[in-house]
Amino acid sequence: MQAIYFLLALFLLLNLIAGMWRVLRGPTAADRMLAAQLFGTTAVAILLIVAQATGDPALRDVALVFALLAAVTAVAFVRRAWPDEDPRHDTD
Amino acid sequence: MTLIDYLSTILLIAGALFFLAGTLGLLRFPDIYTRLHALTKADNVGLGLIVIGLALQSESLASAGKLILIWLLVMFAGASVSNLIASGALQRGIRLWKR
Amino acid sequence: METLTLLALSFDALLNLSLLYLAWILLNCEDLLKAIVLFVAFGLLMALAWVRLDAPDVALAEAAIGAGLTGALLLTALAKLRVIETNKGTTQQLKQDSENFQTLHYMTPLALLLVAIGLGYVVFSMPPISAGLSNDVATNMGNSGVSHSVTAVLLNFRGYDTLLEMFVLLVSLLGVWSFGSTTSQHETTPGPVLDTLTRRLVPVLILVAAYLLWVGAHAPGGAFQAGSVLAAAGVLLLLMGWRPGGYLSTLPFRLILVAGPGLFAITAALLYLLKGQLLAFPVEYAGIIIFALETTATLSIAVILAALFLSEPPHSDKEHI
Repeated sequence: MQAIYFLLALFLLLNLIAGMWRVLRGPTAADRMLAAQLFGTTAVAILLIVAQATGDPALRDVALVFALLAAVTAVAFVRRAWPDEDPRHDTD
Repeated sequence: MTLIDYLSTILLIAGALFFLAGTLGLLRFPDIYTRLHALTKADNVGLGLIVIGLALQSESLASAGKLILIWLLVMFAGASVSNLIASGALQRGIRLWKR
Repeated sequence: METLTLLALSFDALLNLSLLYLAWILLNCEDLLKAIVLFVAFGLLMALAWVRLDAPDVALAEAAIGAGLTGALLLTALAKLRVIETNKGTTQQLKQDSENFQTLHYMTPLALLLVAIGLGYVVFSMPPISAGLSNDVATNMGNSGVSHSVTAVLLNFRGYDTLLEMFVLLVSLLGVWSFGSTTSQHETTPGPVLDTLTRRLVPVLILVAAYLLWVGAHAPGGAFQAGSVLAAAGVLLLLMGWRPGGYLSTLPFRLILVAGPGLFAITAALLYLLKGQLLAFPVEYAGIIIFALETTATLSIAVILAALFLSEPPHSDKEHI
C-alpha cells in the first residue's frame, strides 16, 4: 500500500505543477485565482494521502487548515483585489 | 493485500483520475466559466473518492469522520467560492465562450 | 522497499525544483496580482515541504499564515495600492522613491549571496550525524507539563523565545498604527452566497482554533496556529464589511491585545522573584501554567493579526465609542 500512496502523491503533485501553467497564462485575474483554488484542493488530497502513508495523523490537521483558509484567500480576492477586467482578451 | 486494500486502491486511483480530468479542464477549456465546471466538479469528486479510499484504511471511526468532515468543508467552500467567481466574472463583463 | 525510497525521493526532488522555479518567477513577475497568486501557491508547496521535513508544527503555521492570511493581506494591500496609483500626484512620488531604491536593487542579491555562503559554511561544518539537543529534550519531557516535545520547547524549555515573539507581534501592530489612517475600504453588502459562507465558516474557524489549542499539549498545534486560524475568522468578518469602530480604543480590547505578552511577562517576573529563574515552571504546575499562557497568547495573537489586517489605528477621541 505504501508504494501506491507515494505514487498517487507524486501524481497529484505533478497535477498541481501542471496547473501552474494556468496561473502564468491567465488570461484574466479570476483564472489565476481559480488555479490557486485547485492547488488548495490538490494539496489537501496530497496531505491526506501522505498522512496515511507516514502514519502521522497530525497532517490531517494541516489539511483541515488548508481547506478552511483557502476560502478566506478567495473571498479576499473577490471582495478586494479583483480588478475590472478587459473583456477583449478573456478567452483563449 | 486484503479485499479492503484492493477496494481502497481502486477508489484512490479513480480519485486521482478525476484530479487529472480537473487539471486537463483547467488547462484546455476555453473560458473561465467552463474552467470553473472542470475544477469544482471533478476535483471535489476526486477528493471524495480519495477520502473514501483512505477512510477504509483509517484506524478509527473518529479519524474516518475527520476525513469526511474535511471533504465536506472543501466542497462547501469550493462551491461557494466558484459561485462568487462566476457571478463576479459576469458582472465584470467577461464574455461566455461561443463556438 | 527500493521503489518506495525512489518514489519518496522523486516526490521531494519535484517539490524542491518547483519551489525554486516558483520563487524565481514570482520575484521576476511584473503583474502584482499574478505574483500574489504565485506566492500563495509557494506557501502551499512550502507547507508540503515542511511536512516532508517531518515538521508538522511548522507546516500547520505555514498553512495558516503563508497560504491563508498572507494571501488575504497582500490582496488587500494590492487593492489599496491601486487606489494610490490612480491618484496622479502620488505616482510621481512613487517613481521618485523607486529610483532612490535602485542602488538597493543591486545590494540585495549581494547581501543574500553572503548570507547563503555563511549559512552553507555553517551547515557543511556541522558533524554529519548529530542528535543535537533532542536527547536533552527527551530526558526532560517528564518535567515539562505537556507531552508534545515542540510545545515543551516553545513554552517551557525556551519559553523566553516565545515571550519575545509575542512582543514582536505587538510592536509590529503599534508600528502599523503609527502610520496613521489609510484609505479605509468600503465594502458592499455581501450577496446571499457570501453571507451564508461567512455564517457557516466563522463558527467552524473558531472551533478549529480551539481544537488546535487543545491538541497542542500532546500533538502538533498550539497558540500560534490556533491564533492565526482565529484571526482568519476575524479577517473574514472584516472582509464582509464588519468594523470594530470604537471598540479598538476600549479597555477590554486593549486588555486582550496585551493579555498574551502581559501574562507571559508577569509569570516570568513572579518566577524570578520566587525561584530566582525566569520562566522555570514548577513541575507540578507546569501543565496548568502552559495552558493559561497558551490560551491568552491565542487570543492576543488572533486580535493582533486581525487588527494588522484592518490596519486602521483606533480613534483617540471618545465620541466614536
